[in-house]
Amino acid sequence: MARADVWREPLRAPAAVTKEGWGPPGAHLVLGAYVLVAIFPVVLIVMNSFKSRAAIFGEAYTPPRPGTFDLIGYETVFTRGHFERYFSNSVAVTGTAIILIVLLGAAVAFALSQYRFRGNTSLALYMAVGIMIPIRLGTVSILNLSSALGLANTLWSLVLVYTAQGLPLAVFILQLFMRQVPRDLLDAARIDGMSEYRIFGLVLPLVRPAVASVAVLTMIPIWNDLWFPLILAPGEATKTVTLGAQMFVGQFISDWNALLAALTLAMLPVLALYVVLSRQLIRGLTAGALK
Amino acid sequence: MEATGGRGATGSLPHRMGTRRPFPAHILVFIAPAVAIYTVFMVFPLFDSLRLSLYAPQGGGSVFTGLGNYVRLLTDPLYAPRFWGAVRHNLVFFAVHMLVQNPIGLVLAVALSSRRLRGRTVYRTLLFMPTVLSFVIVGFIWQLILSPLWGVGEAMMRMAGLGGYFRPWLGMEGPALVALSLISVWQFVGVPMLLFHAALLAIPDEFIEAARVDGASGWMTFWRIVFPLILPTVGVVAILTYVGNFNAFDLIYTVQGALAGPNFSTDILGTLFYRTFFGFQLQLGNPTMGATISGAMFALIMAGVLLYVFVWQRRVQVYEL
Repeated sequence: MARADVWREPLRAPAAVTKEGWGPPGAHLVLGAYVLVAIFPVVLIVMNSFKSRAAIFGEAYTPPRPGTFDLIGYETVFTRGHFERYFSNSVAVTGTAIILIVLLGAAVAFALSQYRFRGNTSLALYMAVGIMIPIRLGTVSILNLSSALGLANTLWSLVLVYTAQGLPLAVFILQLFMRQVPRDLLDAARIDGMSEYRIFGLVLPLVRPAVASVAVLTMIPIWNDLWFPLILAPGEATKTVTLGAQMFVGQFISDWNALLAALTLAMLPVLALYVVLSRQLIRGLTAGALK
Repeated sequence: MEATGGRGATGSLPHRMGTRRPFPAHILVFIAPAVAIYTVFMVFPLFDSLRLSLYAPQGGGSVFTGLGNYVRLLTDPLYAPRFWGAVRHNLVFFAVHMLVQNPIGLVLAVALSSRRLRGRTVYRTLLFMPTVLSFVIVGFIWQLILSPLWGVGEAMMRMAGLGGYFRPWLGMEGPALVALSLISVWQFVGVPMLLFHAALLAIPDEFIEAARVDGASGWMTFWRIVFPLILPTVGVVAILTYVGNFNAFDLIYTVQGALAGPNFSTDILGTLFYRTFFGFQLQLGNPTMGATISGAMFALIMAGVLLYVFVWQRRVQVYEL
């Protein structure tokens, strides 16, 4: 963020306040107000999920206190829902897909950025097409394909579709970063007799920040997707968290404790991960769209 | 570029290689797995889906009908009203995002990019947070907040002195679509914000300095200097908004169900596509008509992308900074 302070506020920002180091108050006002809009609904849900039914309706805006604290919602979710299974399905699908996307995407990016071979440009274009076209448009055929391959109602059908969906952007971003790896370094490794595969292993850690960005950036839509779990793997054994939450909440629409608890459980992992990885995510997003 | 020796280097010298030798095996190893998965699970289904849209089921098999399905989609009294309705709703959905989400995103980006702002990272992290939640969660959160049963939304409007204006919007035919669009705006405003923010940071300080020396006001500086410089990003944001519009199935399905009620008033192409090919309740799934709808969506997306590439990108002046 070397150029983070390049754009300045309109002249009217009082100089005195700026000197104190907080920056223009107008900006804080706008940002602060919108932060409330952005987080209030989430805070409201999480807060009320820990309260008794009476308190959810009686005093929705106060945090849980000894008199109103209640975990009944979570008890219902854990006894009636199968969130542990949904959760482990989501972790398996998302984790496997991310590993495949990063590894296979990096290999293509490495080839595109390191070698000049026949069809290099066409391959780059071929992969880039998938960035703009939503894979959902091919759903009818994907469903046919998944049954033909015997993958219907398996987690593998989701993994393969998500891998295909994530690869184009991964290749695009990773090759931008791999082009910046000093060529002399790799040539030196070649002179030392390293195989091309070892050199790939050498480059991968060098673009670690980009790999992290790609991983986070592709992970979120996969974890959050409802469409493909609903169509390819709706069975009880293969439900993901997103689909599980959708169906669970649909069933418990009148049990507010369970409802709020289920929503909180479904979003906490994502939020926790976001807090840890937001830097990588934001960098990846801007790199992907502006380069 | 004279790499000599080294077993791995044979036949694989980077750059300026003669291309007349056999395709190097290790390059194949690098590209084959990804290309295979991408081709089989994305490119092939997209083309195969377009092919399917040219067939109609007959007896046990299917028969080639050319563009017959498309004609049916656009004119048949069973399909046409639903299809045109969904197109119209998608356009409303898109318009709300262009008129509300992107301007708010720009305002937030300008505030976020102001000089010597403390807590920039904290603001950015919090403002982007709703974007990482799933449509399903966001849909339910707002369904609860807007529910007259809980009354939270109503109470908040009362505090702002607008209590009398509260309605159960999600259940009303007219406002439901706009309410859903605004829920999606709430979720995704972080995306244009970040893209505009990155573009604003790339503008050199001297430009703003010069305008200030010439006596331009902040407002004038923004519209005369800054905005023209970030115009390419405006285009990127617009096309991303447009394409994202066709993925909005999850939200509608979560809040209103596959029938996109009340009375199909929130039915967009995504939900229509789902009902048509997958079937719902009494309606039997029809894969070829489903493929036809995805073909129509494909055409609409391509129209938008081509308009962007050939009209917008040619017209808009890009300044080298």
